Amino acid sequence: MNPRITRRRLITTAVTAAAGVSGVGLAAGVASRYGLIPPDHQGLYGAGETLTYAAQRVLTSGHSLAREFDRSQISPVAPVNGDPPTVKSYQRDLDARFAEWRLPIDGLVARPAALSLADLKALPGRSQITLQACEEGWSFIAEWTGAPLSSVLEMVGVAPHAKYVFFFCYDDWFESIDMADALHPQTLIAYGMNGQDLPPEHGAPARLKLPRQLGYKNLKYLSRITVTDTVKGVGKGLGGGAPEVGYSWYAGI
Amino acid sequence: MRHSLLVRITHWLTAVSVAGLLVSGVAILIAHPRLYWGETGSFETASLVDLPLTLTYGHSGWGRYLHFLSAWVSVLTGAAYVVSGFFTRHFRRLMPASTDPAYNALQRATYLAVVFVLFPLMIITGLAMSPAVTSVVPWIATMFGGHQSARTVHFVAASAVTLFVIGHVTMVALAGFVERVRSMITGRETAQGHI
Repeated sequence: MNPRITRRRLITTAVTAAAGVSGVGLAAGVASRYGLIPPDHQGLYGAGETLTYAAQRVLTSGHSLAREFDRSQISPVAPVNGDPPTVKSYQRDLDARFAEWRLPIDGLVARPAALSLADLKALPGRSQITLQACEEGWSFIAEWTGAPLSSVLEMVGVAPHAKYVFFFCYDDWFESIDMADALHPQTLIAYGMNGQDLPPEHGAPARLKLPRQLGYKNLKYLSRITVTDTVKGVGKGLGGGAPEVGYSWYAGI
Repeated sequence: MRHSLLVRITHWLTAVSVAGLLVSGVAILIAHPRLYWGETGSFETASLVDLPLTLTYGHSGWGRYLHFLSAWVSVLTGAAYVVSGFFTRHFRRLMPASTDPAYNALQRATYLAVVFVLFPLMIITGLAMSPAVTSVVPWIATMFGGHQSARTVHFVAASAVTLFVIGHVTMVALAGFVERVRSMITGRETAQGHI
């Protein structure tokens, strides 16, 4: 074998390895500085999650908008996953057409509030025709109407050091999102679907619409919103119910 | 023929990550073994094809974690392999005009297609299913005809990768499995046979 080739190969390999190691080091530094590490970063799978979350946060840093569709593309049938909560309080509020329902917004906010459906509808609304993809593989397009979460957060005055917004449901399921998604213009507290009030099977009275993430992060049956600067102390501290049952916290995939 | 250390390392990292991708890909697929064309599809709509797989829930959680971990290993390994391949003589040996006796025409065409067509297609159709990624580059979904079309192409390309793996391992077996695997680990030349 030609010794020059050997040397060249050795140098190529060494340079590649050095670039790889320094790349990982640089990425880890940047990630911790800019909060690019997801709550479920533990273990071997956590390494993949961190790479995905960090890469997508950098890629979408300009508040890029999820694809929106034409009215003619709305799916004739919107599939339903799961049943409405079986807790008594849900049935009671449903029977009262959610007249008594209030959505408390608390935690790291200057002016905690409890919004009624009328309060939400009084805020400047937004309608968007977006695709919802279930992690199982199916998908549909629908029009969603609601109050941008950013307007709600502006109203209550979010503390500058806030990092996460937690959403709780009637049935005690919960998830959280980061501030990049919380302040994104397409992130809605949705109360309408395809021009009607949100039906019970799609999350009445209000659900989270987060079109840059998979269906399971678009929580239905909202009962409370809490702003925090940590995921610790809520459930198992993984940032939501999904990571507790083996699904990733960040579902922008 | 002797493979460089970089080619041998990237080969085995690719082997492990592709195995991870295929296993986890099936774990994700069986949660909805139906394929569609266009933007949307569900049990409420007509399918393009119903795959002969039993609908099985409960494996897509770890399936997704493993899929994306394996995808990162595969993509980073592939990037190192391709970049180094252009700086060394590696790809020149695979070009049609090459006179390198190590590969016949079919092998050259296959390797080039896997590296420069199949893997990029896997990556781009995978990214086309990400609502966050398509918020930045919507055309990677629309160029395939939509989100579900990208998922279908992802499946077809993965099937082609599976066929390649089967063909590749079969040829290794025919050429002498233990000897060829040892050669791909140690880099030592063997008497004959090139895979």
